[in-house]
Amino acid sequence: MTTDNFRPDTGAQVQDAIAWAVSAETPLELISRGSKRDVGRPVQVAHTLDLSALSGVGLYEPEELICQAGPGTPVAEIESMLAESRQMLAFEPMDLGPLLGGEAGQGSIGGVFAANLAGPRRIKAGAARDHLLGFTAVTGRGETVKSGGRVVKNVTGYDLSKIVCGSWGTLAALTDLTFKVLPAPEVETTLVIHGLDDDAAVRLMSAALGSPHEVSSAAHLPIGIGAGDIAGPATCIRLEGFGPSVAARAEALEGELAGFGGTMGAVDGYLSRDLWRAVRDVEPLTAPLDRPVWRLSVPPMAGPSVVLAIRSAVEGVEYYYDWAGGLIWLAVPAEPDAHASIVRGAVAGTASGHATLVRADEAVRAAVPVFQPQATGLAALNARIKNSFDPLGVLNPGRMTAGG
Amino acid sequence: MKMPEPDGAVLARRGEIVAALRAIVPGEGVIADDREMRPYESDGLTAYRQLPMVVVLPETTAQVAAILKYCQANGIKVVPRGSGTSLSGGALPLADGVLLGLGKFNRILDIDYANRTVTAQPGVTNLGITHAVQDRGFYYAPDPSSQIACSIGGNVAENSGGVHCLKYGLTTNNVLGVELVTIDGEILRLGGKHLDSEGYDLLGLLTGSEGLLAVVTEVTVRILRKPATARALLVGFGSSEEAGACVAAVVGAGIIPGGMEMMDGLAINAAEDFVHAGYPRDAGALLIVELDGPEVEVDFLIERVRAIAEAHGATSLRISQNEDERNAFWAGRKAAFPAVGRISPDYYCMDGTIPRRQLPEILSRMARMSEQYGLRVANVFHAGDGNLHPLILFDANEPGELEKAEAFGSDILRACVELGGVLTGEHGVGVEKRDLMGTMFSEIDLAQQQRLKCAWDPDGLLNPGKVFPTLHRCAELGRMHIQRGQLPFPDLPRF
Repeated sequence: MTTDNFRPDTGAQVQDAIAWAVSAETPLELISRGSKRDVGRPVQVAHTLDLSALSGVGLYEPEELICQAGPGTPVAEIESMLAESRQMLAFEPMDLGPLLGGEAGQGSIGGVFAANLAGPRRIKAGAARDHLLGFTAVTGRGETVKSGGRVVKNVTGYDLSKIVCGSWGTLAALTDLTFKVLPAPEVETTLVIHGLDDDAAVRLMSAALGSPHEVSSAAHLPIGIGAGDIAGPATCIRLEGFGPSVAARAEALEGELAGFGGTMGAVDGYLSRDLWRAVRDVEPLTAPLDRPVWRLSVPPMAGPSVVLAIRSAVEGVEYYYDWAGGLIWLAVPAEPDAHASIVRGAVAGTASGHATLVRADEAVRAAVPVFQPQATGLAALNARIKNSFDPLGVLNPGRMTAGG
Repeated sequence: MKMPEPDGAVLARRGEIVAALRAIVPGEGVIADDREMRPYESDGLTAYRQLPMVVVLPETTAQVAAILKYCQANGIKVVPRGSGTSLSGGALPLADGVLLGLGKFNRILDIDYANRTVTAQPGVTNLGITHAVQDRGFYYAPDPSSQIACSIGGNVAENSGGVHCLKYGLTTNNVLGVELVTIDGEILRLGGKHLDSEGYDLLGLLTGSEGLLAVVTEVTVRILRKPATARALLVGFGSSEEAGACVAAVVGAGIIPGGMEMMDGLAINAAEDFVHAGYPRDAGALLIVELDGPEVEVDFLIERVRAIAEAHGATSLRISQNEDERNAFWAGRKAAFPAVGRISPDYYCMDGTIPRRQLPEILSRMARMSEQYGLRVANVFHAGDGNLHPLILFDANEPGELEKAEAFGSDILRACVELGGVLTGEHGVGVEKRDLMGTMFSEIDLAQQQRLKCAWDPDGLLNPGKVFPTLHRCAELGRMHIQRGQLPFPDLPRF
């Protein structure tokens, strides 16, 4: 077997490479800059299709709120370019590098969308899927397709941007992306309430999100967990925007949340930014690197009961909440199954949700479903979607599920 | 508009089909009388009319599942319908099809303030959701102008927008979960009260799929706390170019208004004649900029926008001092369509989107087309996101004018695509823009979209004749043309 690893410079060359894979019925591992290569089930194939050379910003129009770039463009490069025009990727994509034992700042914009990343601002601004306006990609049929456009308001045809976001390279190789950018807030302030237990914290976060004060993020660090300069137990409520507005909202919210107990403080400027970057990138649970890390998405108010169910069955669990309780990051002691049945059993006890094993040894990720297993009907539909893009299974086979 | 050829064999079995549907939905839930079916013969795009073979109005998800299962087993086409307000003919019936109306699914099932969600049946109106939660200060953000009548299920089907979507997003950004029924009668759930999908984002794919993939029987949306306050500026400009430059400057200054609407001279005067909102009649373009949020922020930003508008040559500028005045500013805009209806026997509303900076170009092209076709056009835009609603004025009683208006409309949409925009910003493709899909998408692009339909509906029974200009069999679409034995491409970079 040859050991060709392709590193195309153009979309046409991507099409050539996939057309060859189809003709040879030989699967490819799709990577861009490789910072998230260790997420998902291990892909064991002989050939790699590396999209990192499809790099560079083709178009950035601050007044139109759009940016277009190749999938291999470093996110860091895009974010610093946007910052010069006081703009940002509003969904605040997390950087998985350090959590996975790599360096920070290595991710690509293609990876951000393929993984549908988001950060603490998810609850206000949405995830990557809410910001991809259009794309060009080569499907597993070796065909170049485009979808969407370069305008925000567009309902022409199916919204394929949604289906490629979070598909982890199993449907198509993205060759060009157009996405929405937004003005960056002028200032930010974070109210920090010390001393609450999980239940009280989630109730407080619910009240904050239910207020008219436009909270953009809400996280709770339990006792023993620290992020940035803040040590838990700490419930953190972020307010962003124009100076006078943030000041007025912080003051009003402080009053409204006083009844929940705890000790109220506040941080702003770089202290606030450091805190939310740490929350975003799972810094509190990064070390030691040999612990499996789970990411749970549940109804916000269900967060504490899910954590309680897991902690009563597993010793030595560390965790914290983002998204007002709806996102739980959880580190468990290393076990061959990463405590999957306990974690997923706890999620199943809520109205709805899912658990993803974001970090684990390769052997564990090969043995345990990394992504939440789906009920039969839904799994079959997902398999038909995969088949519609990639009937021979040449793109990242097995990365999301054992069958596809 | 050519619709799929009615299937004679199905039509011949009509009596039997009606009886089978009556066995599933007893009582008055099956309508087979021509006169009683008349209200269902068209939707908001009234130029197209077609009586369905039969109308069925189920009340439970189990009935929907049984109907779809029966229709698939018997090769019968199904057209889903919410409130019937589609402006693109998305709910236009088929002569040999079952019209599946979801109007009886009209209950709110769950209001969860702590998690900030509402779960409703698909026939609940868009505004009905806000009404259910407004006493606690909450609302549902997407606000299509038909919100008093349009259903939340229809909003999911069309990915509806509205005046406030620049800041608060479209339906797709505000839906958390659905219960749906596939054509084979299987009931599935996507999402719930949590965020993001565990597998492929099928909820995102379903939203805006125009009733071609599945029938939605329950919808969970996120609700937001109503902004503390809202104020609006009413700004006149000499020309649409100047108004457009002001819009770009507002966004460039980091301000995302709750709403930002533009009207041209013809629309301004039609609206003023109709509602007397105090619009400047001599202005070439009028901008309504609404800022919402905390009072301090709104007051602060109003001044910033005022300064920008004045620097961009505003010829008149008013700032709302109270709710009555703010509503008066909006009254003309909200009445713009009926106002135009008063100055012309008929009008045809278009819905293209362009990159905003192309506004002067599209306007001058429209002016040329207007002269060429001999039909007037009034313009109303969602200025913040470049979504145009040109209203073409015509008289359907004049022979050939409807066809002329349609041709004019198609030319406008082609121009939108040429300028980097799209065919439809919020009304959907439906039957109306179906045959223009080729201006935006290649055969390969459209084939891939249709393969996705095949993944849900392998026999093409759900709403056929909409969205796609050419129908292909799924077996044909699935075929691969593999040339075996090719060598890896020699000029492809390796490492």
